[in-house]
Amino acid sequence: MTTTAPGPGRSPTRERPAPARRRPLTLRRRESRAGLALVAPTLLVTIAVIGIPIVWTVVLAFQRVRLATLRKTGLFGEFTMDNIDRVLHTPGFASTLWTTLVYSLGGTVGSILLGLVAALVVRRPFRGRTLVRASMLLPYVAPVVAVTFVWQVMLDPQLGIVNDWGQRLLGWDAPVPFLSQESTALATVIVFEAWRYFPFAFLFLLARLQAVPGELEEAARVDGATPTQRFRHILLPQLLPVIALLGVLRFIMTFNKFDDVYLLTGGAAGTEVVSVRVYEFLTARTDIGAAAAQAVVLAVVLIVFVLIYLRFFGRRVG
Amino acid sequence: MDRDVVETVSLRWLRRLVIAAFLVVTVFPFYYMLMLSVRPIERLLLDPGSLVVGFGELTVATYAEVLKATADGGQGFLTFIRNSGLVAVAATVLTLVVAIPGAYAVARLRFFGRRQVDFLFLAVYLFPSIVIAIPLFVVFTRAGLRGSLFGLVLVYISQTLPVSVYMLKNYFETIPVSLEESAAIDGAGRLGIIRRVSLPLAMPSIMAVALYDFMIAWNEFLFALLFLVDKPDRWTVSLGLSLLADGVEVPKTVLMAGSVVLTLPIVILFFASERLLTEGLTSGAEKG
Repeated sequence: MTTTAPGPGRSPTRERPAPARRRPLTLRRRESRAGLALVAPTLLVTIAVIGIPIVWTVVLAFQRVRLATLRKTGLFGEFTMDNIDRVLHTPGFASTLWTTLVYSLGGTVGSILLGLVAALVVRRPFRGRTLVRASMLLPYVAPVVAVTFVWQVMLDPQLGIVNDWGQRLLGWDAPVPFLSQESTALATVIVFEAWRYFPFAFLFLLARLQAVPGELEEAARVDGATPTQRFRHILLPQLLPVIALLGVLRFIMTFNKFDDVYLLTGGAAGTEVVSVRVYEFLTARTDIGAAAAQAVVLAVVLIVFVLIYLRFFGRRVG
Repeated sequence: MDRDVVETVSLRWLRRLVIAAFLVVTVFPFYYMLMLSVRPIERLLLDPGSLVVGFGELTVATYAEVLKATADGGQGFLTFIRNSGLVAVAATVLTLVVAIPGAYAVARLRFFGRRQVDFLFLAVYLFPSIVIAIPLFVVFTRAGLRGSLFGLVLVYISQTLPVSVYMLKNYFETIPVSLEESAAIDGAGRLGIIRRVSLPLAMPSIMAVALYDFMIAWNEFLFALLFLVDKPDRWTVSLGLSLLADGVEVPKTVLMAGSVVLTLPIVILFFASERLLTEGLTSGAEKG
């Protein structure tokens, strides 16, 4: 520690002469200036790399742009509703949106439930708790490319361990191609999502659980409340605000997710979510206008969902 | 027996069972990855269900293939590791340089638009990155930044910045103002206060944020895919690995060796700093 915070009274190490200005700034104004100066770099980067692109995507969504014609298109070329129209009426749009919704809801609920159970079981100290807690975070911190590959190999019909054990121990008749058949692919992707992101919910819920005063539970125990009753009437009400917040955070993040689905299935077998579709438009078809339109539709749908959610749970989340 | 006793006893056993189940579910995939990476592919095809590697069949040929340069018939992962490391370190350092003053200002100083700035970061954090990706793809194509690691660093900074500012801000708010005030009375200027008082006190949080940023940058996939795919010598480990799987028939065991190479630095870093990270990540959660 190099802090030097001597108490008042001891001689200050450095005296600063009063600046000889015509009108010295008040402390308040100086503070305001310093604040703006310090926050400026952050704002600049955010606006340049995120703010402007967002606005630009909206502009692109209303222009006829392809990668080949990109150099000729100005920033404010002709505006057209073509892209939006095309995106809304391309076959598969509605089903993609539905898939995204099911995937997001499933992933959100799954990860929060798992996270809640995990937080409840490691709440009290036991031997090896630190190690257990750290292991539970592994799915979340490990690189997405690596974990999707392991899942692919584990679930592989020929050399995956799941199908081998399933056939030998559980008596499955044939290997199940989890990630490539319509009936199981989406469910598998949702399970993956819950597995990979439950640590996120786990961390938040554990932190909240640890902040619940011990006297509350103690009092309930004295009054004769059983463990499940204590959970239902003491802990759960304390956790609800965090759960509500997690609900909206995880929903938004899953809704926007690209990597997981793209790497697991490539969007095949009924798992095409909106962001994967945007990527397809952007790279395979190099149709920038349509990609932008699709992305804008994604953002608008998301904003509508979040607003509805906040309308119902707003007070809890705040 | 009354309900309380029944519940207490059965929950005690259930709890042990559930902990064990969680351990298996979270650790097993990583064990499986490691195990497959040191087995020859023929052995795997013969016995896909085995959980242990016989001592005789242990091999590191998979790693040799992954790490060797493409010129020597390998997959050139050493170059990818260098690229990933370079990008992740640069993004982390630059993010901190920008985020620390920003977070301090939002936490401590009253300035015009402070609340809006705070909200802006949260909104940005939650915005779909694919929406941002399209114009960046366009701009980078035009500016010739596509295929450059610098462009990628720039994007990563923007990806890590909002969370970093948010986490650091929460930490700065916990530092007692009185410490800074006494420094001010002793004649320290604003920058002096930040450098001598706030920064040393915030060190644990800054380390946690740095690790978190490094992980995000090291693990990132979408932007690397969009910007670097045409330039094999600039690929990051994530990108190289994912494209390895698309290529001509590459044995799964080699893929797993690549996955281990990609995962290992993160896992080591994580276990070395677990306490710091878990506390850093949730420092905002308790505020409700």
